[in-house]
Amino acid sequence: MFEVIFLQFLNGLDKGAAYALIALGLTLVFGTLGVVNFAHGALFMLGAFCAVLFRQLLTMETVTIDPTQLSPWGQPLEVRAPLVQAWFGDFGAVLVNYSVPASIIITIPIMLVVGIALERGIIKHFYKRPHAEQILVTFGLAIVAQEVIKSFFGPNPIPQPMPTDLRGAADIGAWLGMQANVITYPIWRLVYFLFAGVIIGAVFAFLQFTTFGMVVRAGMADRETVGLLGINIDRRFTIMFGLAAVVAGVAGVMYTPLLPPNYHIGMDFLVLSFVVVVVGGMGSLPGAVAAGFLLGILQSFASMTQVKALIPGIDQIIIYLVAVVILLVLPRGLFGRRGVMEA
Amino acid sequence: MLAMSRNDILLFLGFTIAVLAMPIWLQPFGAAYPDLLQRFMIFGIFAVGFNILFGLTGYLSFGHAAFFGVGSYTAVWSFKLLSLDAIPAMLFAIAVSGVFALVIGYLSLRRSGIYFSILTLAFAQMSYNLAYSVLTPITNGETGLQLTLADPRHVDRMFGEAMPGQPVPTLLGQSLGGFAGFYFCAGFLIIAFFIAQRITNSPFGMMLKGIKSNQTRMNYTGFNTKPYTLAAFVISGMYAGLAGALLAVTDPLAGAERMQWTASGEVVLMTILGGAGTLVGPVIGAWLIKYFENIFSAINETILARFWDFLPDGLDHAAVVVSSKFVGEGWFLTLGLVFVLIVVFLPGGIMEGVRRIAHLFNRPDKSSPSQGKAAPQPQPAE
Repeated sequence: MFEVIFLQFLNGLDKGAAYALIALGLTLVFGTLGVVNFAHGALFMLGAFCAVLFRQLLTMETVTIDPTQLSPWGQPLEVRAPLVQAWFGDFGAVLVNYSVPASIIITIPIMLVVGIALERGIIKHFYKRPHAEQILVTFGLAIVAQEVIKSFFGPNPIPQPMPTDLRGAADIGAWLGMQANVITYPIWRLVYFLFAGVIIGAVFAFLQFTTFGMVVRAGMADRETVGLLGINIDRRFTIMFGLAAVVAGVAGVMYTPLLPPNYHIGMDFLVLSFVVVVVGGMGSLPGAVAAGFLLGILQSFASMTQVKALIPGIDQIIIYLVAVVILLVLPRGLFGRRGVMEA
Repeated sequence: MLAMSRNDILLFLGFTIAVLAMPIWLQPFGAAYPDLLQRFMIFGIFAVGFNILFGLTGYLSFGHAAFFGVGSYTAVWSFKLLSLDAIPAMLFAIAVSGVFALVIGYLSLRRSGIYFSILTLAFAQMSYNLAYSVLTPITNGETGLQLTLADPRHVDRMFGEAMPGQPVPTLLGQSLGGFAGFYFCAGFLIIAFFIAQRITNSPFGMMLKGIKSNQTRMNYTGFNTKPYTLAAFVISGMYAGLAGALLAVTDPLAGAERMQWTASGEVVLMTILGGAGTLVGPVIGAWLIKYFENIFSAINETILARFWDFLPDGLDHAAVVVSSKFVGEGWFLTLGLVFVLIVVFLPGGIMEGVRRIAHLFNRPDKSSPSQGKAAPQPQPAE
């Protein structure tokens, strides 16, 4: 019985990690800029498509028809050679194999630029506007981003292979000194969880231990006073928006082997992440992370056959049910402060 | 007529005439076919009802599609179990969605702001997910609930044998296909509009507007605002149920996807596009979205090529490629862009645009202060 519970706990981790990463970015934007960003799911999706794009670039091939060789049907044989492999040899092959993690290299600058452009171009005009209008404009932006992606990459999911070394399952039970082959867990999910842990730790360390982070935290607490001290807080907040976009983007990149991305993957995650943010408490970073993992793990437990037999359909509604109960019992979520977003 | 001001009567009469004459004046726009007109009416009702909650009280619900879906399912079940007549189906749908809205509203309205939006969203998503999975005996899951020859239809059976052929909803024995269906829906839209107009101008409506501009002050004045917002929520839920039932009348197939949150988002778009808080705005927003959805998504590359034919060679090809991204499958891109532009530049929607233009034509000395309301409306306290 312990093994079953432990396994379900593990199963919830990777989804919980994805929720936590998206919710972290959402909360970062809300805590600094005070903007409810419905386009955040679209940033997750854009990140995922950075990976797709990177792989498509890497696997561009030259097709030459070689008349000296014949295929079994007697036609001249087409020789396909990936350009990267032609240029870089073995290193190119490794790069293609590790295209998903490697695409983080291009994702970070792209998402930073997208995030800063979004903030400077549109969202900055909405600071003083009511939250309903912020929701609406970012919702519109999300639709635009989705449709642009759809028109370039098509409506179907595009599977991204994980690196060959990281396929298969890890025998976690044996690592922990338990019976072998009872608790096995796909390696990539473990990688995703560790990756999310690193990102979350990095964001917290950045806010906690750097001067930049300290100024940002001060600005979150009292924007005006920080401004009066002669610090250009707007620029730092813009960079924080870019950072939130990067977090969402890399979360999307690393999730692609688990779920082939299509253009509305962001929307699917957005609704859940909003529930996560609100459950954690609007504006609380630890709350967002805790609620992300909590809901991911609860969802995993609810999909157990035993639980489903007890309460039919619970796996479909558990997250929303938890959200409703928490919001009705604890009006400001798990870690929320008083008076945030209640108008 | 019930102490309406002259302007109100003119607005109502103008609206009625415009709606009833739609098959004529929409002819040049290529939209005067019954199927689309019925949708105009149905989503007009949905948007008018949504506006009673969002436009008047400022509570942004992201779960109204649930009531729409419940209305549809109830209507189809009424066709299946009782009678193919449309009237009892409508009554049942309004009642059931009203009760549903009462429960959800009672719980959701304990919170305000984004917490309210998330609560309604959560309830709607729960309904949607359940309709797809566990409630399949009631909703028929992914296939959608539809009428069959084997349905019991107890009331109809009492009055004689069922008609042969595929059962279709009727009104007192008259079939509701084509323009009959349109006028049936149009009648309901006009009634819905009339009720919304009466609500907006009533003391109850004033109370709702007071809640939007400053709920705390309303509380300090000694009003308990909760029953008023709940009433507004239930009324708009009943409107949504009515719209859902009408959709089931014109096309008796109820699917769960009309409860999904994107459907809730669509009615928000309609209301904002037209102008939240105005009477006519949401209806116009609904019509525009449905119109462009039909027209834009039908345009293909051949039509575009003909359109750009006047450009020199090469350039016309480029124009076709670029513009084809915005029509057909890509029509949502156009919708998203238009929507962003509206929210950025014209937060009051199309009605505010109309007001601004009207203001330009008014001579400054003649314009009364009430006409110059182009400035942003006072927003609810943060």
